[in-house]
Amino acid sequence: MDLSLSTRTVGDRTVVDVGGEIDVYTAPKLREQLVELVNDGSYHLVVDMERVDFLDSTGLGVLVGGLKRVRAHEGSLRLVCNQERILKIFRITGLTKVFPIHTSVDEAVSATD
Amino acid sequence: MATVELRFSALPEHVRTARLVAAAVARRAGVDEAVLDEVRLAVGEACSRAVGLHRNNDLAAPITVMLIEDEKKFSIEVGDEVPGSAAGSVPGVRAADGEPDGVESVAGDEIEDEMGLAVISGLVDDVEVSSSETGGVIRMSWPTVPDPVLP
Repeated sequence: MDLSLSTRTVGDRTVVDVGGEIDVYTAPKLREQLVELVNDGSYHLVVDMERVDFLDSTGLGVLVGGLKRVRAHEGSLRLVCNQERILKIFRITGLTKVFPIHTSVDEAVSATD
Repeated sequence: MATVELRFSALPEHVRTARLVAAAVARRAGVDEAVLDEVRLAVGEACSRAVGLHRNNDLAAPITVMLIEDEKKFSIEVGDEVPGSAAGSVPGVRAADGEPDGVESVAGDEIEDEMGLAVISGLVDDVEVSSSETGGVIRMSWPTVPDPVLP
């Protein structure tokens, strides 16, 4: 399965819906999407990963890169994920301490630091 | 001899094929269903790393994946042909439960490399990384559930 990407605006947040597999082949597409959003002035991003079937360290690297970009503009990058097999990858790499991870898009969109 | 041996050009698009084949052979070998996700992720990480090493070193040689079914375990060996690629000398490999050493001081590629190895060592209990003049190998194994003994 390939990667699917779509974006929508909710209030002052931009929600990126990601589906499919994020790996060494598809991660560059996600990177391009995040870079484009930041270049266009969207600095508060919510990445919805509920339809992601597979995530590897390349995907983690892209998310960390996205976080660095939005933080350069005092923005935020929040994740939405309830899938245990995806959450496990964030835990074993210690990235649960780096990303705010929410259980729903509504929760992520209304969250403030 | 390996139960199944897979060789593929060092291109990112083939890593998914390696994941699918490895998971299929692992399932057949009797690896627990609950662990197949880990097998898929670990072999993907090892293959992504090997692809990156070959591409960074302009190597045209393929990546080799050996899937080996033994009596009580299922093993995967992912081999690259980059001399001294070293997996053994990469500091992140033993730091799975914390941040890899020296993250701040290394280049982006190395961080991804370390993160891949950190994921592997966090997922797989039995993992061994070695390198020689002919290239590096990541060996991982999982226990298999024996077939039920019929009365």
